[in-house]
Amino acid sequence: MGELFKNIMQIISDWAIPIMLVGIPVYGFAKGVKVYETFIEGAKEGFEIAVKIIPYLVAILAAIGMFRASGAMEIFVRLVSPITDLIGMPAEVLPAAFMRPLSGSGTLGIVTELIKTHGPDSFIGYLASTIYGSTETTFYVLAVYFGAVNIKKTRHAVASGLIADAAGIFAAVFICRLLFG
Amino acid sequence: MLNYVWLGLIVIALIVAAVNGNMADVGKEAVNMSKTAVDISIGLIGIMALWLGIMRIAEEAGLIRLLARLIRPITRRLFPDVPSEHPAMGAMIMNIAANWLGLGNAATPLGIKAMEELQTLNPQKDTATNAMVLFLTLNTASITLIPATMIGVRVATGSQDPFGIIFTTIFASATATAVGVITAILLGKLPAFRNTDPMKAASESSGDSNSL
Repeated sequence: MGELFKNIMQIISDWAIPIMLVGIPVYGFAKGVKVYETFIEGAKEGFEIAVKIIPYLVAILAAIGMFRASGAMEIFVRLVSPITDLIGMPAEVLPAAFMRPLSGSGTLGIVTELIKTHGPDSFIGYLASTIYGSTETTFYVLAVYFGAVNIKKTRHAVASGLIADAAGIFAAVFICRLLFG
Repeated sequence: MLNYVWLGLIVIALIVAAVNGNMADVGKEAVNMSKTAVDISIGLIGIMALWLGIMRIAEEAGLIRLLARLIRPITRRLFPDVPSEHPAMGAMIMNIAANWLGLGNAATPLGIKAMEELQTLNPQKDTATNAMVLFLTLNTASITLIPATMIGVRVATGSQDPFGIIFTTIFASATATAVGVITAILLGKLPAFRNTDPMKAASESSGDSNSL
């Protein structure tokens, strides 16, 4: 059952990207978009984003690298693993889960370090990648949107956002355990 | 917040290394990881450029509008307080569609527009309406169809299966969205939050004036 499910997912994963890479330009062309020039404009933005994250990645990767090399990460893992074991989450991944609602670039740094250290195709690698995409930076979104219209009393917005974040992280652990655990 | 976390990490590293006597490793690792950070970012350039190039074509071709048409029936049901022809509805649907496609740059201005339009329906300008809370929950827990940045990081770190996270990410983010929507609606019904609902306060006071 799990194996069949995994195969179907593999096929979807294999086909999704090539179909989009071809389908979107064909659709755009049919709609009269200058596909080449438009592609270049978007690609420039992609270049800028990749370069812009360098300072954030250096800051977080260097700090976590030091934390890990000193042996502090081992202590941290030993301290929190009794709790994270309950839900099947490796203790190393916990900081990424806590950082997720607070800072997108901070999470990117933590997740990138996990992927680099444990390998992208390890269980931790899959789980960390999935957690990054599972929710948005809740506090940033709330600050930007409520700030834009001067809402001071946010009522149940923070609670709803954080409960959704927690659900996303639990779901990430569940599905990665099932497929890659 | 990040100030404390970052400083905490490096100070704790220094203290633990002093106790463990492996200070040399800590310095070496700081330098190594800085280089790794740049290597990964450079490895990310190609795939980010490719993906955002394709997505720019999608944007120009009106793919946001196409997806918006598909999600309109659901959105109308989720926001009973917003008239379906009100500009707030249009802006919210476009924002949600842009978010699902991962077009953050297009999504944010649409989202702010949606908030401004929702504010015109709000009788109490400093308090969030149920519609605002639900709309923001949809933004903080948006469905991610293509996790482009993570695919890029996986490519840059030599993954044999960089796209293998597409399904798991859709699953996790869709769960977050579903739980977020349910939570926002249910919490809005709790007495504590129902009493602060600007729409409820407005309908009660208008009821009073009618009875007078």
